[in-house]
Amino acid sequence: MGLARAWSVALHGVEGHVIEIEADVGGGLPGVHLVGLPDAALYESKDRVRAAVVNSGRNWPNERIVLALSPATLRKAGSGFDLALACAILGTSGVVAQGALDGTVLLGELALDGRLRPVRGVLPCLLAARTAGMRRVVVPEAGLEEAALVEGLDVYGATSLTDVLSWLHGDRALRRPGPVTDAGGDEPPDMADVLGQDDARQACEIAAAGGHHLLLIGPPGTGKTMLAQRFVGLLPALQPDEALALAAVRSVAGRLPATGALSRVPPFVAPHHSSSMAALVGGGSGIARPGAVSLAHRGVLFIDEAPEMGARMLDALRTPLEEGEVRLARAEGTVRYPARFQLVLAANPCPCAPAHDRDCVCPSLVRRRYLGRLSGPLLDRVDLRARLYPVTAFTVDAGDTESTATVRARVLSARAAAGRRWAGLGWRTNAEVPGPVLRTRFALPGAAVRPLDAGLRAGELTARGADRALRVAWTLSDLAGLDRPDQELVETALFFRDRRAA
Amino acid sequence: MAAKDELGRRGEDLAVEYLTQRGLVVLSRNWRCRDGELDVVATDQERLVVCEVKTRSGTRYGEPAEAVDGRKAARIRRVTQAWLAAHQVRWCEIRFDVLAVLAEPGRPVTVQHYEAAF
Repeated sequence: MGLARAWSVALHGVEGHVIEIEADVGGGLPGVHLVGLPDAALYESKDRVRAAVVNSGRNWPNERIVLALSPATLRKAGSGFDLALACAILGTSGVVAQGALDGTVLLGELALDGRLRPVRGVLPCLLAARTAGMRRVVVPEAGLEEAALVEGLDVYGATSLTDVLSWLHGDRALRRPGPVTDAGGDEPPDMADVLGQDDARQACEIAAAGGHHLLLIGPPGTGKTMLAQRFVGLLPALQPDEALALAAVRSVAGRLPATGALSRVPPFVAPHHSSSMAALVGGGSGIARPGAVSLAHRGVLFIDEAPEMGARMLDALRTPLEEGEVRLARAEGTVRYPARFQLVLAANPCPCAPAHDRDCVCPSLVRRRYLGRLSGPLLDRVDLRARLYPVTAFTVDAGDTESTATVRARVLSARAAAGRRWAGLGWRTNAEVPGPVLRTRFALPGAAVRPLDAGLRAGELTARGADRALRVAWTLSDLAGLDRPDQELVETALFFRDRRAA
Repeated sequence: MAAKDELGRRGEDLAVEYLTQRGLVVLSRNWRCRDGELDVVATDQERLVVCEVKTRSGTRYGEPAEAVDGRKAARIRRVTQAWLAAHQVRWCEIRFDVLAVLAEPGRPVTVQHYEAAF
């Protein structure tokens, strides 16, 4: 009877590919043939689509229907193609004009009664649609706010197949998204709540200013977890592109809230130490789903009781720490998820962990083994190690402890100084700057780096450790308002690094 | 005769009438063997046309033609072999058609012809 085309998007991790759906009706016994590597959920869509079309009061062509998903070699998964399949089939009988389908991406799962159900990953789908030069997008109404984050596309939200059909026919309007609202998100708790711990506070400040990784060690109940939770409050709000990348990961993981999708608050993700590898770095069968490291993109990944986590899991963090992304290989291809997070580890000094270390009853071997679970290569990537001390006086002196706002102001001005320095080179924080650049273009005078030479010669520092200490030194100079670190700041950086905290 | 058989019979009569109008010559009706039955065997002078007639009184259980699935097609092919052997036809071109007869009460009967359906 005819041929019609509609468009949808297939997701592969956070990358989308626009899929052309062709429907050819006629020339054989009634039946639906779906070709183009569909997965089980997509293969079942032929039954859903038929029921939805019939229950929306439309005629189902009583002939052989061939549905081709192109590019045919790309594996397609999920139920988001239902709407496009239905419109392509109805396009063959002229219910929908081909002109209305051209340049329009249709996303959504159909219920048997013709309602449109939300799908995961609307945001990355739309980014792909925009790249492919599509003009209009129809999404289930629940995904409208998320869809609105993508500029340069006409976005419409629909609740049922009937809505979409009459809209394509030009009979009615669909809901348009409102202006993008910046979801404030929950304000993180205030730094002023933490008693004492000047060392650890300063380490937090340096870490926040330079984007460095941090290890907090101390007996239970001294405020490691409290500090880590407040650490996010020191970070600047996310840039629009960062917030969008994070929202795309959340969308694929199905974790994007229905309202206020674009949060500019840096994420704080704290996986429990019993988490599985798949939950931590991402995984799952078929196409791998993003894990905690990607959900913490541009934010903080906090691992409490780090030695309990097990060396295999912690060491799995090493590659994303270094590369800022994870690549997960599965049977159906490799996916990449962004994972540029700041790692904050917290640990007790030993398994018995009394308030005062001198009361420890652990044999020395047990003590060594406990922190030994944090492997050398992992610790080599942690720039700052801070020790927390038992709280000795239970007096709250509000004037004495700095609030988040005060510290944050210093962090932001230090970040601004660093940002100006690296502006032409494409980096935002000191932690991102490659070592060779620090050693050549931004080389410090010989006197300033003498402590590093000494450390390298004595075998206390690795070459990477020296680079990392250098980055911390630059952050310290940004915080102090200097234009470059001197010998004293390099020594301070080394102090935070190789003190026998761990 | 049960009501459903009567409906089927009526559908086959209609189908034969339809085919004859189109200039086909009916060779056999309800030809049976151990493997099953061929509803109508006809010829258009060039090739053998084997027709499966499926009649329904409503679409509540689906369209008539939908009931012809792969298993049924395979059986018809098998029975056709038996028909050819029984009639000592050595070689000829064969076309398999499906005639879907929809006889809804109170509505005109429709015959839909799927040529070379399988």
